[in-house]
Amino acid sequence: MTMNEHATVARVDDGLAARACARAVLGLLVLAFALPALAQEAPDALVKRVSQEALQIIKTDPNVQAGDQARIRDLIETKLTPHFDIDRMTALAAGRAYRSATPEQKKRLGEEFKTLLIRTYSSALRQYRDQTIDYKPLRADPGATDVVVRTEVVRPGQPPVQIDYSMGKTPDGWKAYDVVVGGVSLVTNYRDEFTQQVQAGGVDGLIKSLAAKNAGGSAK
Amino acid sequence: MQRIAIPLFAAAVLAGCAAAPSRDDPFEPMNRASYAVHEVVDGYVVKPVAQAYVDYTPKLVQTGIRNFFGNIDDLFSFINGMLQNKPEKAGNDLGRVITNTGFGLLGLIDIASDAGIPKGNEDFGQTFGYWGIPQGPYLFIPVLGPTTVRDGTGWIIRAYTTPVGYIPDVPTRNILWGIGFLDARASALQAESLVDQASLDRYTFIRRSYLQRRQYLVYDGAPPPPKEDDE
Repeated sequence: MTMNEHATVARVDDGLAARACARAVLGLLVLAFALPALAQEAPDALVKRVSQEALQIIKTDPNVQAGDQARIRDLIETKLTPHFDIDRMTALAAGRAYRSATPEQKKRLGEEFKTLLIRTYSSALRQYRDQTIDYKPLRADPGATDVVVRTEVVRPGQPPVQIDYSMGKTPDGWKAYDVVVGGVSLVTNYRDEFTQQVQAGGVDGLIKSLAAKNAGGSAK
Repeated sequence: MQRIAIPLFAAAVLAGCAAAPSRDDPFEPMNRASYAVHEVVDGYVVKPVAQAYVDYTPKLVQTGIRNFFGNIDDLFSFINGMLQNKPEKAGNDLGRVITNTGFGLLGLIDIASDAGIPKGNEDFGQTFGYWGIPQGPYLFIPVLGPTTVRDGTGWIIRAYTTPVGYIPDVPTRNILWGIGFLDARASALQAESLVDQASLDRYTFIRRSYLQRRQYLVYDGAPPPPKEDDE
């Protein structure tokens, strides 16, 4: 091996090292940008951000202020429902019947339940325009995969209402699977209702009564 | 009314029999019948009157009335706080009663809330629960609404001991009973419209909401986790 050849090898090595270095830097940069997306938003931060965004829109959007139902539902559909684990809520509410349901029934049940929840939530939002929300500090282990985020809704001249969100960690971030308003769990309430409908007409009967409800039929 | 009520009663008994009674509601057929009567009386008489009261009475008057009866609630919250050995909560409630009765025109003005004294909400039903007395069967009383044997007993004790009952002038006393009832009914209107939207069967929805709420209040906001009975 001549001196020249040595030099060439060294230069090649230098070149390789430089490229490796550049790649490492690039990699780090990509990581730095990607990390916030990869690291899941903490559940309490998520509840706070989403509810503040929603309240902000309710208070400022002229269409919402005017009571435009389509706009309110659109707001809930795009801003809020992505943060709810509708499948898990449906499974919890339907209990045993859900486990024996066909995939097609599960899908339809989930869709009807989601629509009902959106409609219920939009009528709740209409009532609570002048509210402010206090966020309680989260008490949970850093490694927890199931937490309760506690909030308190304060309305002028009325006693505060506690609203708690039961949340589970999913691959798409934290998602709520129950909302407990003043001690009343939505999922527990629907469990009674669903059980009753399933007893009367099976899973299809339940789907049918949910669909009828969503189509504008009033409660018995 | 009777002519409507009797077929409704019969229909409700039949409907109630079709549903298996739940553990909390052994008298479900009877309760559903009461509920059907309630729907008629409330829907045609009580609710429209309460709605008119909310729509046409000046807000200031409504607030004063709410505060006046809220002051009586605070008195009972104080008594029940003591019965449950919660001196701090009871102390707040007593402070509220003294402040609002003495300086707030017999409770018409809620000065205590402005002063930041937190309002308790203890009652006899919660005290019995705190003492470990079970809630007993769920009951639906026409016009009055959902309760349990335990909470209903609390109601009766309160009805016999409330200061309103000691007013010597009978017409004044009766008017106050009436206004108190109207105020209570009016305060439920908002929640009720949510129930209408959310429920598949209002009876079941109201029952579970009521029982969950009472359990939560007995445990001061930290009830033990419910038993998963179908898991």
